[in-house]
Amino acid sequence: MSLDTADVRPRSQANTGTSRPPSQRRRTRQRRNQPYPGWFYAPAATIYGILFVVPTFASFYFAFTRWSFVETEFIGFDNFITFFSEPRLSRGFVNTFIYAVVTSGAKVAIGLALAILLTSGIFARGYLRAVVFFPVLVSTIGVGITFKILMDPFDGLINKALAVVGIQGPGWLTDPSLALLSVAAVDVWKGVGLATLIYIAGIVAIPSEYYEAARVDGASAWSTFRNITLPLVRPATVTVVILSLIGGLRTFDLIWAMTGGGPGFASDVIASTIYKQYAAGFYGLSTAGNVVLFLVVTAVVLPLYIFMNRKSKEL
Amino acid sequence: MTHRTTRRLITASAITAVGVLALAGCSAGSGGDGGGDDGPVELTWYMGAGVPDDIETAEQLAADFTAANPDIKVVVDASGPQGVELDAQMRTKLATGDMADLFWYNSGALMQQLNPDQQLLNVADEPWVEDLNEAYRGTVSTDNGTYGAPVGSGMGGGFFYNVDVYEELGLEVPMTWEDFMANGEAIRAAGIDPVIQSFGDTWTAQMILLADYYNVSVEEPDFADDLTANETTFAGTPAAVASFQKLQDLTEAGFLNEDYQNTLLDQALAKLVNGEGAHYPMLTFAQATIEQNFPDQADSIGFFPVPGDSAQDHGLTSWMPSSVYAPATTEHPEEVKKFMGFVASADGCDSITAARGVTGPYVVDGCEIEGDVSRVVSDMLPYFEENRTSPALEFLSSVKGPNLQTIAVELGTGTTTAQQAAEAYDEDNRIQAEQLGLEGW
Repeated sequence: MSLDTADVRPRSQANTGTSRPPSQRRRTRQRRNQPYPGWFYAPAATIYGILFVVPTFASFYFAFTRWSFVETEFIGFDNFITFFSEPRLSRGFVNTFIYAVVTSGAKVAIGLALAILLTSGIFARGYLRAVVFFPVLVSTIGVGITFKILMDPFDGLINKALAVVGIQGPGWLTDPSLALLSVAAVDVWKGVGLATLIYIAGIVAIPSEYYEAARVDGASAWSTFRNITLPLVRPATVTVVILSLIGGLRTFDLIWAMTGGGPGFASDVIASTIYKQYAAGFYGLSTAGNVVLFLVVTAVVLPLYIFMNRKSKEL
Repeated sequence: MTHRTTRRLITASAITAVGVLALAGCSAGSGGDGGGDDGPVELTWYMGAGVPDDIETAEQLAADFTAANPDIKVVVDASGPQGVELDAQMRTKLATGDMADLFWYNSGALMQQLNPDQQLLNVADEPWVEDLNEAYRGTVSTDNGTYGAPVGSGMGGGFFYNVDVYEELGLEVPMTWEDFMANGEAIRAAGIDPVIQSFGDTWTAQMILLADYYNVSVEEPDFADDLTANETTFAGTPAAVASFQKLQDLTEAGFLNEDYQNTLLDQALAKLVNGEGAHYPMLTFAQATIEQNFPDQADSIGFFPVPGDSAQDHGLTSWMPSSVYAPATTEHPEEVKKFMGFVASADGCDSITAARGVTGPYVVDGCEIEGDVSRVVSDMLPYFEENRTSPALEFLSSVKGPNLQTIAVELGTGTTTAQQAAEAYDEDNRIQAEQLGLEGW
């Protein structure tokens, strides 16, 4: 057991009455919620500092330079200007928002619907829950490659199945206006299991008294949903929205595996743009893109988090 | 006490396990460089997996060299990706000092972008460097040294065409772009795709743009130098925009095969040979694939350069072969130089010919073209003999933006126009030139 050395004092000092007795100091420390002395945090803080904090601030510096790993040339805001003025690069910026909003919205809506289904008395409920969650566990690249093959406009299973019903399937990944949304659809398919899981936990936590009271009052199913389930599941909604927005803004691997940012630049997002700049050896420009991504995610998620949590506290 | 002993045991095992894991992680990155005194020195040769002919050439060179030099073993590692990813891999490995002893990469502008003076092994003092063709040597050198040995022969870029289709429809090899488009109309009326494109391998999308350079150089002889000095642009030079316009013409006329966005290089060649498509823009090295996969039909595939506006000034855009380079950090520089000397010799040329046949004139003195050549190559050789060639732009200027293939895909899918694509490429070039620190940018 550790001993706070501040508690050990010569008797003469302890009796002067000008400082607090040892027991009160220990209680102060406990009240401040720190059961361990400061140096317990040192190893974790060192690792966090070296691997996370230092690179973050270093990247803020390198974003203002032209960098080739061996030499650095300070060029001010040029990288950022290039990033936003070039149509190819700024398109990725817009696409990122579209992608994040679409996937987040879809995951919330579909996740909640599935959660309500899977908390009702449906047959084989446990099995269905596992099935819905399974795509979350599978490798993203594997999913990307599989769906790329399925979505092939001529030989892919999806269009062949549509052809049986007589529909001419579009080029899911080859039509520039559809490519990003097709990837978003696959992302939703893959990620909705997690949203459902969070929503199930939220729904199950609602006390059944509310439902009983509503039934006594003769409320319809939709009315029950709107007035009981929806408000009380708000913490879960906050979690799902925040998580899926962050994930959607940062997404890279699924897009890269399915379209490589293509056709052309149609499904480029910030992360794939950053990767392409990196691949071309433009390390300063790539780092500037990373800084932009960092700022974008913070600017979107932080206010959202504060807003949604404040509202839930009022509730 | 039992309790304390168990805890000590668990603590000790945990520390041991973590230590062992850490050591295992540390040692995994050292690469297989084999022993020096006991057993042959092993050199690893890293390359991309996108072009099967290249891999076969590398393996042939490695096998022949190892047979002649039993104390040095060259192992080909063709695990690299293609396209943008391959560029990323090469640059990252070089920048982090993690490159294999040898690697296969393009010559010209792409090589200049690898920061050769600092990252590549300088072989300028080797005796065999004198035997290299002057034009080729310029594409693997900077002012401070020479860095590569050729792993192929000179090539041409233009249209492979199906001779049977031409004969059936009574068409002639076009001398101007108008003739070419007219041929295309006739072919399409016959129910055959006039031009095959293979955007599934994104690098092939830029073939027409690059292979048109001879026509650009006819009208603007100083274009390459002006571009390097930032005194001209693609968008501001009508002859250069014309290259982009050609791809747009093909798309607008509906000449492309239906599945052009997903087709791969091998599939495109198969379509050409089977008569499903009449033309395929490509470099002549691909004739080896045709010879290998379709030996009976190889003679029905011919070649002609991308036609321009003038029937008189009809010429070929030529490519320098790719090269084998070594990073400055290699642990076996002497063995590496010996291997590069083998590659740049008559024995090396023989290996290359054995692997992929004759694809064009060699760039090493002492290597002659002998034996039978495919129709594609025999259609191409007269241009070299009559000196009606121009090296492609990337061998005359180090300014080559990394996104041309994606811009070409954008243009080919009808999303942009030729002028917009040219402007986008100018922007791309600007970023590249600034990164290289070229004067005037």
